Amino acid sequence: MDLDLNELEVVCRDLYVRALKILPPDIKAGFSDLQARETSATGRAILGTMVENVAVAERTQNILCQDTGIPIYNLVIGRNVAFDGAGLKAAIRRGCERATKEHSLRSSVVHPITRQNEQTSCGIRVPIIHVDFDARDETVSVEMIPKGSGSENGSFLQMLLPSDGINAVKRFVIDRVIELGGRVCPPTIVGVGIGGTSDLCMHLAKIAATRPLRSACADEDGARIEAELSRAVNELGIGPQGLGGRSTSFAVHVEIAATHITQNPVAVNIQCHSARRARATLTPGGISFD
Amino acid sequence: MAHHVLDMPIDAGHARALRIGDTVTLRKTLFGIRDATLIHMFDRDRRTRLDLVGHAVIHTAPNVHRVEPSEAAPVGYAPFCIGTTTSMRMERFTDALMDREGVRLIVGKGGMGPETLKAFAERGGAYLAIVGGAAALETTWIETIVDVDMDDLHPESLWQFAIRDFGPLLVGMDSHGGSLFADVQRDVASRRDAVIASLGAAR
Ligand code: SF4
Repeated sequence: MDLDLNELEVVCRDLYVRALKILPPDIKAGFSDLQARETSATGRAILGTMVENVAVAERTQNILCQDTGIPIYNLVIGRNVAFDGAGLKAAIRRGCERATKEHSLRSSVVHPITRQNEQTSCGIRVPIIHVDFDARDETVSVEMIPKGSGSENGSFLQMLLPSDGINAVKRFVIDRVIELGGRVCPPTIVGVGIGGTSDLCMHLAKIAATRPLRSACADEDGARIEAELSRAVNELGIGPQGLGGRSTSFAVHVEIAATHITQNPVAVNIQCHSARRARATLTPGGISFD
Repeated sequence: MAHHVLDMPIDAGHARALRIGDTVTLRKTLFGIRDATLIHMFDRDRRTRLDLVGHAVIHTAPNVHRVEPSEAAPVGYAPFCIGTTTSMRMERFTDALMDREGVRLIVGKGGMGPETLKAFAERGGAYLAIVGGAAALETTWIETIVDVDMDDLHPESLWQFAIRDFGPLLVGMDSHGGSLFADVQRDVASRRDAVIASLGAAR
């Protein structure tokens, strides 16, 4: 299969807009679960408003949250796919720009030093593009994540010591969630990276934060820790928007990587309740959106 | 827990009547500000021609459509999606905003800190919590974009909105030292050790 870059550009444009407008089904189900368990009256009212907002966005064809985020595109390319790599990156960028211009999205991206906004949602190294490969035949999947800033500002990395053990990792997660309180628009998905190098650890936390609900860490120990932490964070009482209640998080997700004998890195990255993502799959048979 | 319907602008007395846990619906006028607006106004001493005395400001940077100026869009902008950003980043500007510009109410998400609480107590103001991320709903409470200043900072311009029943909003911080956010934080801090112990992670 020859990857049609014009087609990819249009897909990248449409994915940005779809992600901003349509909340994924697993997050909607997550809201129902939280509503069933919430005991605080304020918490219940806030969850109700969030669910109403999802319905209003669908009805009025509006975007869910005003924050158009930092655009992230995750590509997974299967076997027997031919493409021009530089052209691929350019096509993604054009798609992102077109979404911004054609749908008059707020460009939330600025130069980090001059703070200049090009009004295109693009800038140096943005959109962020990750390319990975898998064994599917003639298949390319593109996932678009507009990562909101309120929750992205809830990011932390700590190079703990091996002697601190896994308990220090757990304490770190709980203490950062407490520190963030209502700032990250709870209920959240708490993404936790354990292991790797500093940069990989942070990247793992982002993968964890943007993983669908009800998925589990592939590693048995990682899965156990995420289940423990998922229970624990909802006993803190932070609640929706930090105004009290059980619904602090939909879940805590953990992703792990091997690390060095001298290291014990942990990273936290938060996804807010506007946990937006959209995916398309390109095959010789055509394009399908999840 | 009273409900207040406020026709903006208001005076210090109205602001002091608000207590944490009360709810508020704003009417008539609301201004939008954000990080860059405040940095330019107070760190770079830029002045606005808009009159904020007695008004409410919301921490926002809206998505707007550029349109031909008309009655519905006096300055050529139509609202598309208007929401709220995290307030805490703008903590250090509250006192100046109240002192120099006469602002009375701040609408935002996530709450603010002790400097803001102090300014509210001294000058008569309150923080109204909106549900962050519920921007599609919030947009239905906005009628028109009446004016805009400092638009070189777009989208972090100073916006003037005409609103219809904007709310209900929850009084999260008041002029009597009350803060729902601080109350929850204290409660959370008191639970921390038990939660850590339940994870077997005390040491
Ligand atoms: S943290 Fe998320 S829900 Fe809250 S304002 Fe930002 S993008 Fe929207």
